[in-house]
Amino acid sequence: MAKIAAFDEMFGHAAPDAGTVRAAYTKVRDWLDASPQAVMETRRAQAELFFRRIGITFAVYGDPDAAERLIPFDIVPRVLPRSEWATLEKGLVQRVKALNMFLADVYGAREILRAGIVPEALVLHNPGFCLPMIGRRPMHDIWIQIAGIDLVRTDAHEFYVLEDNARTPSGVSYMLENREVMLKLVPELFHAMKVAPVETYPEALLETLKSVAPSNAGGDPVVVLLTPGQHNSAFYEHSFLADKLGIELVEGSDLAVKDDVVYMRTTQGPRRVDVIYRRIDDAFLDPLTFKAESTLGVPGLMNAFAAGNVTISNAPGTGVADDKAIYSYMPEIVKFYTGEDPILNNVPTWRCREPEALGYVLDHLSELVVKEVDGSGGYGMLVGPHAPAATIAAFAAKLRAHPEKFIAQPTLALSTCPTLCDSGIAPRHVDLRPFVLTGAGGTRIVPGGLTRVALDPGSLVVNSSQGGGTKDTWVVDD
Amino acid sequence: MLSRTAGNLYWVGRYIERADFLSRLIEATLRLSSLPQSYGGATNAWDSALAAAWMTAPYKARGVPVEEDRVVAFLAIDPDNPSSIRRCVEAARANARAVRTALTLEAWEAINGAWLEMQKFGTRLVDRESLTSLLEAVKAAMQAFDGAAHRTMLRADAYWFIRLGSAIERADNTARVLDVKYHLLLPRGETVGGSLDYFQWTTILRTVSALTAYRWVYRDSVKPWLVADLLILNQQIPRSLASCYGDALRYLDRLSNDAGGRRGPAHRLAAAEHAKLSQLKIETIFSAGLHEFLSNFIAGNNRLGDAIAEQYLF
Repeated sequence: MAKIAAFDEMFGHAAPDAGTVRAAYTKVRDWLDASPQAVMETRRAQAELFFRRIGITFAVYGDPDAAERLIPFDIVPRVLPRSEWATLEKGLVQRVKALNMFLADVYGAREILRAGIVPEALVLHNPGFCLPMIGRRPMHDIWIQIAGIDLVRTDAHEFYVLEDNARTPSGVSYMLENREVMLKLVPELFHAMKVAPVETYPEALLETLKSVAPSNAGGDPVVVLLTPGQHNSAFYEHSFLADKLGIELVEGSDLAVKDDVVYMRTTQGPRRVDVIYRRIDDAFLDPLTFKAESTLGVPGLMNAFAAGNVTISNAPGTGVADDKAIYSYMPEIVKFYTGEDPILNNVPTWRCREPEALGYVLDHLSELVVKEVDGSGGYGMLVGPHAPAATIAAFAAKLRAHPEKFIAQPTLALSTCPTLCDSGIAPRHVDLRPFVLTGAGGTRIVPGGLTRVALDPGSLVVNSSQGGGTKDTWVVDD
Repeated sequence: MLSRTAGNLYWVGRYIERADFLSRLIEATLRLSSLPQSYGGATNAWDSALAAAWMTAPYKARGVPVEEDRVVAFLAIDPDNPSSIRRCVEAARANARAVRTALTLEAWEAINGAWLEMQKFGTRLVDRESLTSLLEAVKAAMQAFDGAAHRTMLRADAYWFIRLGSAIERADNTARVLDVKYHLLLPRGETVGGSLDYFQWTTILRTVSALTAYRWVYRDSVKPWLVADLLILNQQIPRSLASCYGDALRYLDRLSNDAGGRRGPAHRLAAAEHAKLSQLKIETIFSAGLHEFLSNFIAGNNRLGDAIAEQYLF
């Protein structure tokens, strides 16, 4: 891929000092021009104080000093005009629809495998493929109620899906809290720009979850959020969401299954649970079905699910759809189920399980990004252009040993967005994770999402576990 | 409400009360120990503080002398002492964090603020000023929590469980600080009722913020049996055993009303003890032995704590 200057969300391809900005950013530019560095730094400090006081923290695994770290927050918003958002929205709805149909199919009739669109082994031997789900049909055939789709942009009209998160996507609390902070810091900018609100998300989520309650649940289904506990890196988000939704935040030990019905232990005795918004991985859900040594889950939960007495959201087994090897087939998958061309691009992907692709990848490691097919959070990935030769050599050995575990992609020229740095405002690479909700009534997306920003100059890694930050994301009328 | 949540909230109440108590205990002891020797200073004030905090044995196990700086550090910020103020604040926050959603934002911020404040002091106290500001910060944060809870929380189970925890802990603290009188060996030649004795009883009143209250209630000089009367039987002062049990019973009532009126064993224990405290006379307590009375009370209070945990399945 030719080296071109990255597209900038504010300036487009114009030079920052040329005096032109993209239309949606006019007022942001005026605001930046009117705010000296010292004022911006004060605002940033206020934002940080706010985050610390309300306790929005994120644990970084393997770093004891950072057990409760703040995710850096950047106060320069990322702005999307409504027309761009409308296209993204259509593409996201289409993609999530295809993902849901794919799951219903691979655990059901397996038509896509018979049609030879996706290799059978890749699905059936996939670590994310969940045997107990074969033949199961979640309520309304919806498997993924909550999806987080990571998008990147490379040019004015070019968006790519970087990955689908169909298991337990996180980050929505930052979308909501970033907005709250920005409303406090720059109310005048909101007034001038008419930003679409995101605060409807909790209500939309609750409605979505209730809409997929088992048919034998009462008129007002009991929804709970199942967390692994306060040592989990996303615990803050779990408690935040439970609070906003007004539902109980439960741990596995708070739940018990009797006669295939799930109950929570309350001070007034057992209470029946209809929908579990789980934020723990499949493998920990039920020690009787999955990992026997897991203490996070609920023995018998899968039986209750099979009996149709409880909805687990997202359904177990969705990991097979967001696997990075399956990802490479997404254009075909979308086409197969919807009969339409994909609206959102897929990043060209080499599947290292294919010998020819592996050869190419090994020859071009220094240009490529290599990822584990079932990894997440930016762990265990190689960013070729930024890696020292020794790291690349070590990675090549891993790749040769287990090629099926990896995929490779070109390093995209991710768009940049102006960001407050120590030296002033400077461009930093960003991505975008919108949150897609699918319930009995259809699919909806709160306008916006989580913009993640790589804070080191030139860095392309935006994951918060790797030192990335976040920005508020504004959808504004054109 | 989830049983686990109820348990966490109950312990938030207890740890906050304990942190507050320890701050007051240190302050009062500092004051006592700074008096000239003939007034009770420089004797065994820190021994008694350790005894009142129920930490004599763990302190002794360290094999270091009972010196003011060491004891203060041990009680206030020692990360290795599971009952230090630091650890109480950390435990209160950990319990609160686990049930973040059961608290209002204001109540959570108060606890989180105390914890953040605590982090600033590190694990060693550099001088007396930093100790003073630490104690002030802890007391202020604990009161901020009480106030925030009082002003913002729904009067529903979450609130009652926090309050129940603090009532049980408060009764325990008051009983222990009174009982310390019996662990205090008066130096040879001191007569009961002498000036040394006076300052020690005054210190007890200070620890529970009751010195002024004492004057209002009895309009008399500080006398041991009146101090005991105030802290055990007086229904007006919020730290007396009778008040704590009156509160605990009321919270249990509210909890059972919310649950449709069912009463459990914890309820019966609290009611029986409260009835006993309402009828007792201080003379009766003294003639049977204050220490025996207090030991029995502390044991009974622990049983009540266990019964609450069992009844609500913590």
